[in-house]
Parts: sequence; C-alpha cells; structure tokens
Amino acid sequence: MATVENLPSTVHERPIGFGRLKRKEDARFIRGKGNYLDDVRLPGMVHGAVLRSPYAHARIVSIDTSRALAHPGVAAVVTAKDLETLGLAWMPTISYDTQAVLAGDKVRFQGQEVAFVIATDEYIARDALQLIDVEYEPLPAIVNARKALDPDAPLIRDDKVGQTDNLASPTWEAGDEQATDSAFAEADTIVTRDIIYPRCHPAPLETCGMIADFNPQTGQLDIYNGNQAPHAHRTVYAQVAGLAEHMIRIRTGDIGGGFGNKVPVYPGYVCAIAGSIVAGAPVKWIEDRSENLMSTGFARDYVMHAEMCSKDGKITGLRVDVIADHGAFDSTAQPTKFPAGFFHIVCGSYDLEASHVKVKAVYTNKAPGGVAYRCSFRITEAVYLVERMVDALALEMGADPIELRMQSFIAPEQFPYETTTGWTYDSGNYAQTMRVAMDIAGYDELRREQAEKRARGELMGVGVSFFTEGVGAGPRKHMDILGLSMNDGADLRVHPSGKAMVSISAQTQGQGHETTFAQIVAEELGIPPEDVQVRHGDTDRSPYGLGTYGSRSTPVSGAAVAVVSRKVRDKARMIAATMLETRAEDLAWEKGRWYVKGDPEKGALIEDIAVRAYSGESLPEEMEGGLDAQVIYDPPNLTYPYGAYIAVVDIDPETAEVRVRRFIAVDDCGVRINPMVVDGQIHGGLAEGIGIALMEVITFDEEGNCLNGSFMDYLVPTALECPDFELGETVTPCPHHPLGAKGVGESPNVGSPPAIVNAVIDALHESHGVDHIDMPCTPARVWAAMQGRPEPPQ
Amino acid sequence: MQVTISINGEAVSRDVEPRQLLIHFIRDSPGLTGTHWGCDTSNCGACVVLMDGQPIKSCTTLAVMCEGHEIRTVESLEVNGQLDPVQQGFHETHALQCGFCTPGMLMTSRALLDENPNPTEREIRTAISGAICRCTGYKNIVAAVQWAAEHETTTRQEV
Amino acid sequence: MQTPASFEYERATSVEGALEALQRLGSEARIIAGGHSLLPMMKLRLANPDHLIDINDLHELAYIREEGYELRIGALTRHVELLKSDLLALRFPVFRDAEQVIADPVVRNRGTIGGSLCQADAAEDLSAVCSALKAKAVIRGAQGERVVGLDEFYIGPFTTAVGDGEMLTEVRLPMRPGAGSAHEKVERRAGDWAVAAASAALWIEDGTIADAGVALSAVGPTTVQVSRAEELLRGKKPSDELFAQAGEISSEECAPLPDGRGPIDYKRHLAGVLTKRALRRAAARAQHQEV
Repeated sequence: MATVENLPSTVHERPIGFGRLKRKEDARFIRGKGNYLDDVRLPGMVHGAVLRSPYAHARIVSIDTSRALAHPGVAAVVTAKDLETLGLAWMPTISYDTQAVLAGDKVRFQGQEVAFVIATDEYIARDALQLIDVEYEPLPAIVNARKALDPDAPLIRDDKVGQTDNLASPTWEAGDEQATDSAFAEADTIVTRDIIYPRCHPAPLETCGMIADFNPQTGQLDIYNGNQAPHAHRTVYAQVAGLAEHMIRIRTGDIGGGFGNKVPVYPGYVCAIAGSIVAGAPVKWIEDRSENLMSTGFARDYVMHAEMCSKDGKITGLRVDVIADHGAFDSTAQPTKFPAGFFHIVCGSYDLEASHVKVKAVYTNKAPGGVAYRCSFRITEAVYLVERMVDALALEMGADPIELRMQSFIAPEQFPYETTTGWTYDSGNYAQTMRVAMDIAGYDELRREQAEKRARGELMGVGVSFFTEGVGAGPRKHMDILGLSMNDGADLRVHPSGKAMVSISAQTQGQGHETTFAQIVAEELGIPPEDVQVRHGDTDRSPYGLGTYGSRSTPVSGAAVAVVSRKVRDKARMIAATMLETRAEDLAWEKGRWYVKGDPEKGALIEDIAVRAYSGESLPEEMEGGLDAQVIYDPPNLTYPYGAYIAVVDIDPETAEVRVRRFIAVDDCGVRINPMVVDGQIHGGLAEGIGIALMEVITFDEEGNCLNGSFMDYLVPTALECPDFELGETVTPCPHHPLGAKGVGESPNVGSPPAIVNAVIDALHESHGVDHIDMPCTPARVWAAMQGRPEPPQ
Repeated sequence: MQVTISINGEAVSRDVEPRQLLIHFIRDSPGLTGTHWGCDTSNCGACVVLMDGQPIKSCTTLAVMCEGHEIRTVESLEVNGQLDPVQQGFHETHALQCGFCTPGMLMTSRALLDENPNPTEREIRTAISGAICRCTGYKNIVAAVQWAAEHETTTRQEV
Repeated sequence: MQTPASFEYERATSVEGALEALQRLGSEARIIAGGHSLLPMMKLRLANPDHLIDINDLHELAYIREEGYELRIGALTRHVELLKSDLLALRFPVFRDAEQVIADPVVRNRGTIGGSLCQADAAEDLSAVCSALKAKAVIRGAQGERVVGLDEFYIGPFTTAVGDGEMLTEVRLPMRPGAGSAHEKVERRAGDWAVAAASAALWIEDGTIADAGVALSAVGPTTVQVSRAEELLRGKKPSDELFAQAGEISSEECAPLPDGRGPIDYKRHLAGVLTKRALRRAAARAQHQEV
C-alpha cells in the first residue's frame, strides 16, 4: 500500500537531521483528515453565538432576551448581568487593561459582544440572535487616532476610574533626545514624512473559536481551542474564572492558521466557558468571518511622524513620534517591559549616531488589538518606517537607495552591535546579503530596463528594503507576559526500541513543527525523523511555554529541543562508556553512535544504548534508568535575522493598477533546519506583504461603521496577484543559539511592504513627482497620488 | 424534507431543512470533515467540492439542490490506499502548511487536470484564483499541480 | 459561518411549472438558479424569501445558438459556458473578455446569465456587455412572452422589468456584419467587483462605424448606456482621437458613487479610459487587426 511516507522520492537521500525533508504532518492534511476545531464533535454539545453591537459607541438602554428564550431550541441567553454574578463581565488583558466580556453599560466598538446565545445547533443559534432586542442610545464615535486626544473627544473608557481622556498608554521613549538633536543640527540633509501603517488583519483561513466542556462531577474543564499560546491561556483562565489550573486542559488540535490572530483571549472564549459551566454541556462557539474581521485582534494602525538626517552620504539620525491606535480596549500583546513592543528597533540596520523614539497609545471606538499579523511585536511597523525614510532620504539626496544603505550599514566587524535604542544585534554581514539580492534581481539590468521604459512613458519601479529583526523572546530577566517568563521547555524520551517522543512548548499553526523538531532531535541524536514523534498542542502533556508567535519557535523551543537532545546524548555517552567498558572521555560521536576514539569499529548505536538504559544491566554509578531528559530554555538574547528584499512593479499609467512583477527575497536566518519549510514560510509572508501593500485595510466611516467586515471588502491576495517568488539566502549563524539558527516566520511580512511601496514611489517619482504614498496602494489611491493628491487611508 | 445526495459514490439520505447548506450536509456525514469553510461571502474557496466533476462552493449551495447530482469531496481522492497525483504533488512540493485550504485546492486542482492535463502556470493560477491560501504564497501549490500533471500517467490508478 | 433563515423549497420541472409556482407563492417567492447572488444575501439575512423555486433542472434554458440573424442565449446558461463558447467568442468576443474577469472560476461554474442580469447590480459585467450589444431580453409570464430591449430592462438599482410571476428566459443578440466588441475592467484584485468597467461594440462597414454600443458597469445606479457616445461614433471613421472623445463623454455621463473601491473622480476617469480602450479593441476586432 502506497502511503505518503514510502512514495518514491525525488530526493535520493532522505536527510537524517537538517535538510529538505518532506513533512510528516502532510499525511493527514492531504487526505482531509486534519482535526480542526469545527471537526470536534462531543456528545451533548450545544452551540453558542454572539450578538454584536451595530454601533461603534452607544449606551445600552435595555436588553430583552425573552423572545430568544422562548425559542424551543435555545438553552440559555447570557448577558453582562449574568456574567457579573460569576465575576466574569470584565476580563484582564495582556496589557494590564480590562476588556468587557459582554457589554453592560456601553458598547465601545462596532461588533462588540453584547449577548451570548446557547442553542441546539448553529442555525438556531443564529436565528436566536435576531430574537434578542437591544435598545441603544448612540453616542459620537472616535475613529481617528489623531483626534482621540482632542479636548472635545468623547470619553471612551469611562469605566476606568480616573480615566479622563482617551490615552491608553502614556508616551514611552527610547534613544537619546539630545544626541539626536545634535545629529540633526549637524546634518547636511533632513527629510520629514508622515507615514501611516494602516489597520489590517491577519485573517487566517480558519476563524477563532472554542469548545468548552466543563464536567461538574469532576470539576475538569476541557477546552478545544485553536490557540497559539495554550499554556498562558490556561493560567489566565484559572486566575480569571477562579478555576483550579490543574483541572483545566487545553487541546489545540490542528489550527488553520494563526498569524497572531489566535493569541488573545477573546470574549467568546470566556462566554463559552461560562456557558458550559452554566449549561452543564459542552459549548461550541466558532465565529464567522465578519466577526473575525470586525472584532478579533487586528494589526498595526500606527500613525507616525518621522525625520531622518544624513551627513556626508551616510544616515546619521532618526526621530519618530507615534500615535498607536489600540482600539476600545488595550489588548496588545508584548513583554511587560516593552509597552510599545519592539518598535524601538526602528533604528534599523544602520550605524546611526543617534535616534529618539516616542510612542503613545490611544483608545478609539474600534476593535481592540494591534500586535498581530507576523509583526514581531511591532517590528513590522518599525522596519516599514525606517525603510520608507531611507528611501525618502535617498530621494532628497539624489542618491541611489541601495548605495545609501550600503554606506550606512552596520559593518560586519562592528558586531555584536549596540544600537542607539539599546538593542544588541548579535551578528551580520548586511552588504553581502544585499549583493546577493542584487545579483538575483539583476539590479543593474532592471535599472536599464526602467530607463528604457520611462522613455516610452511606461511606469516601472524597483524598490528595496533591508531589515534587521529581533525575534525569539526572550530572556527571563527582560521578558515576561503577565509575569510569565518567556521561556520554553522540551521533554525528550527515547523508548527502549530506540524510537523517541519529544514534547514541546511551541504550538504549530502550519509551521511544520512535527517535522522540523523531529529533525532537530535527528540531527543531535541520529534517530531518523520518522522515528521521532513530536507532541504538542495539549497543555496536559507538553511543557509550559509562552506559545508560538514573534518567530520564537526555532529560537526558543528549537533551542530547548537541541539542548534536551544533547542532555540525552550526554547520558547516552555515559551509558555507552559502561557498555563498552571504557571511559566517557574516550568516546567520540558520529550521528547515531558513540564510538571509541582510535577504534571506530567499537561503538554503541543509540538504539542499543536505549535498550541498555531500560534493561536490568549495569548502568554508570548513581545514574537513573531510562533515556530521557527535560529542559527549560532561557534564551540569552533574541536572535537577529535580517534580509534584503527587492520588488519590481509595473503600474498602468492610465488606470494606476499596480502589479508586482517580481519579488526577490534574500534572508539570513542563520542555520536552516529545513530549508524547504523556511522557503514556504517566506513565500507565505511575502504574499501577505503584497496584500498589505496593495489591498488589505480595515477602514471606518465617521460613525465608526467598519467598512471591511467580509472577504468581499477585506481583500487578500489570490494566486493571480503573487509573482513567482525568487528566494536567496546567506547564512550567518546565530552565535548564542545552540543550532546557530534564528527565527524567520515574520521576516517576509516585515520586509516586503516597504519594498513594494518604495517600488511604487520609484515608478512614479520622476514622471509624476510622487515622493510619498500610504498603503494600501489600490489603483484609486495610486491614481490620486499621481494627480498630486495623495491621501492617507480612512 | 428528505434528501438523498450521492457523496463519493455513496447515497447519503437525511431529513434536512431546505436551508441547510451543502457544506454542513457533507460535514455532518461521518468521516467527511475534510471540507472546510472560511468565510461568509463565497470568496475563500475552502469549501470547494466537485459536483458532477466541476468545482463548486459548497457554502453557496443548498443540500436540497444537490439531489440527483454527484458530489466528490477530498476524501474521495485516495483510492484503495493509492494517493491521487494531486495529493502526492502537494506533498512533494510542500504546497501546504496549515492544511486548511488544502482540500479545496486539491479538488480544484483535480478538476483542472481532468479538463486540462497540461496547464500553463497562468492557467493554474487562474484555476485556483477562487481559493485563498494565507500560508503558502501559492508558489508551491502551482508547483504541485505541475508535478501532478507530469506524473499523472505514471501514477494514476486505472479506474 | 452565517446561515439563512428558514424557507420552503420546491424544484421546478418545467418553465410553465416555475411560472405557476411564482404565481401561486406570490412576491415572497424567489427563483434560484446558480444562487451565487441570492444565497450570500440570504446568509447575511439581507434577503429573506419565504419560498425558493429551484430552476436548475430546466436544461432547456441553457443554450447558445444562432437563430436567423440573432444569437440567442438561454437564461440558465452558466458563466463557464459563456466563457468557453467558441461561437460566442467568434461573434461577440466581449463575452469572453468579461467572463474572464467575472467573479472567479468556481463561481462561474454555477452563476448564470439570467441570474446576473436579473440581479441588476450596477457593478455586474454582463449587463454592460448585453447593453452594448443592443441585446433584447425575453420575459415569459402567465400571459405569454414579451421582448424588452436592454435599455428598458433596467429600471433602477436591483430592479428590472421582470414583474411578479415572470421569468427571464432568453437573451437575444442581433448579429450584423462588421462586428467587433470588447470589455475592459479595473478591479482591485482578481474576482472583485469592478471599480469601473466598459463594454464597447462597433459595427464597421466600408471603414465607417455603422453602429456603436457603449455601456458602463459600476458607475451609476444601474448599468449606464452612453447613448451620447454612441451618437458621436456613428458615421465616423474609427480613430484613437474619436475613441478618446467617446471616453470623455463616458466620463461626463456616468454617475459613480464613492466607496471603498474609489472616489468619484477616479471612477469617472476610469469610465473614460476603459471606454477608449474597449473601443480600440472592438475596432481592431471588427477590422480583423487584432492578433
């Protein structure tokens, strides 16, 4: 019988360890046998649905649930009043704010949760929503972050004692204001720009949801939930709901995409849990797409004012002032000590003299969120800003944008490099990576082609971006979320048969962990990947960790797996020494085997060592039996992947349609465990970047109505908008990571939007004088810029 | 009302409301949760199945409309343990990551190759333009369909 | 996922049967063919008919054929058939242009020309195609058949001349010598509604434009037939300057509303550009100059 595993392979040698290994998890997905949330059916399960506010800002005058309760298929209707008795009407957020689970006094964004219905099936649950009568008294809404702090702006968070305005988070600063002022004073060129990174949305193909199953006899709460950080959620539920943490189990199953959208705790989850406790039955709640787009964690929404300066052809200083729109509740996710996330990496890849960054956050009558969509904690915003500014500066200086970057890069000998905002970049050779990108792109040829096309009135643009990221949060002394340190664990057991199971903290949503983490064990221990089972997605059976986002799987969980494998290997060495009747220091390792130095025929295979470990035969003195180990990994620093991206666009001079003809991405993410998986991650992020640059945006009208609440209006790229991506690599191993690897999942989202926007401006600058445009570069917006009337997005 | 639909060659009879969507009829059948849904507005293509050999969006079709028609879902691709070339192709070229769009993509690809055994890259991208993938950027999906096209005659099982 | 409210369902076995059901069930009954306009609206609960009459078994309404001096298309003909039809591509290549950019290939397997025209969404492409081609709509009711020109078919947004108890059964396209036609569309992304679109048809005899059809999508409350541009074109020799002038008239005559796809000035601008481009291609095809 032919299976995925024993198909004739186009790769003759199947790697043991690192390499382009085809994925183990494919077997179920290509057969349609994945186990996603909506696939889970429990006996007696009932269905929940959320009634949502049509208004962006309104007082709730009354809620009448009687008609809904009269429906024979409706088991319960929960409102804020009911949750208040359970102490669950409000919940804490990751940013130490509070968020309404169900609105009681007021609704504060369109789509906010107002009531929760529990019914026998999802069709009836939907019917029942229309039977709930809510009377609202609309209030003026604030949707423009710049106006949120106006003196006459309506107060959104009147629920917070002492809150007198719409400031969500006071100004946070990094860098040195005085040194920056000096740099600007001495500069020969200065540019200023107002740059917006519009609100967009991760929109994973599978929406968010939960099945909560509370067993009143045992007190056990079983949760099924597509969730990027299940352990952290478990701890939060225990605190918030007053439940015993050891009696809560979260199983994620297969997740249809996360991209940061499945990190927060959503009101729907709390309602499902409360519903299950109250109804005494499993409650399934899965949001629809419009709920996902209108109420779950959005991304970006940064209004930025920036100045950059140069002297003698080199970038010397940067000033940035940001208003961050956090929506109606502050539920951004980032390590506690970094309220603006890692935005202060905006100093970029350049050897600046000084920089100064200020970020403040405001409340608006929009959905809460902000940190999502492969942003590496706001590094997408930071890199967008700095790379747009570098191009703006190049325009002003009349310099080639690549040349200006080459002149200003941090040089290889300067690493480890401490930036003007306190980062310590660990390693890099930026110019080399840029040159590889230029080679693949055929940069000089592209500029020639552009000149020819320009002469004929055709609009072609070449745009560049270069980024340095900081991913893999993080060291326990600097990084915690809600007081939980950002460390991950790994448990490795080698069975008597020599097969192994490794349990990991990281939580895949498609990143290929079942394969790549097996490859790490394979690399370290020589057990083939097909003999290593990777266990994850079950808080009862996997070590505590802070989850998968911020490209931290390889840097943290990957490191943990490497370290735990080495612990097992060290134990194996001791056992082998006993087996071979020699000393441990006389043994050398080749993948899968300890052997006697100088007598290589004499050795012990790992599977034989495993047999010995479990047998009754003698082991080294004071050693316990078994062949396993357990580790919690505390990363000493973040890892710093970087990359050079080049976009080639063609713009129709009459219709202003933008087409991305080519996209070249050269990433340096250190050692690559599975280059095939890395390439795939990059392809996906580049497609998302194209979406963000050209078409994805969440906008509102003056009344706070969300205008992009479906896939008809929130447009994401199809196969026709994406070119055949051209990838390259350089490999600069991370000096502190056990495998020399860095994270990479978010790099493409970080690097691609500025490259595309830079390309659009490059296409239009000479012919139309365009020197700035905000995303998304839809045909209408590009056309307006070509007419000399660029507008910020709504 | 009582409705009988042929799904993967088997007659499935059930009493359903007229408003039940085909996707739910399929997913309520044991072992047929491979067809997914991802939107409300017929845009995402996660729900694509074949009706009389043609890809359709099962979220925008009523179950009652399908009586008298042949529905094929992703579960029908593997026959007697032999994977369909499109399934093999997706595995070979790493054309899936989270797997959620994959059944819809597989059925669309299968129908494309049934009609056009040697599609160009442009034809492949057009054929799958009714389905969204957020993970792969489509490059490897195109490669998967090309792989399947190349390997069709050598690996396809005789029916 | 969103789901529809309850309704009753029956399947028509003949056109007469469908008409009888419409009469019997009254104004809360709707016909459903491909369903890709109606069902999404029902799932969002923007449309809540009490009864659906399924006409998908009425295969006698699916055809593309020449009859005399007309090319006749049955109302139940699917978009995919319109796209693939070589006969249609030969006579009226504007159809293939439009079908390539209507919705997406999967939706095109189900949606029908009847459904598209009767939906009367101004952003819909086939309405502009048929208007430019001077099509006639055949409407059947209990009283029999009547034939209505496309210029009288659209009464207002989402409103057509098809009355209660009536059904669109056929679209008739007059065939005359020297025909060339084309459709041009701008969309934000593949499968999206048009920001603006233009269909143009020219009938060129002895190097002169004998007749012209120009119609626009998505820039008015209904499809905009640009009669003033057609008047300009008649009797003239085709040229780029002429087509640019026709485009200017399109810009002036349309009445776009601002929305997420674009503001008024951009849509007007597109109406002009796309009219000019569609006319250029139509002329080249009429004169067999297009490769």
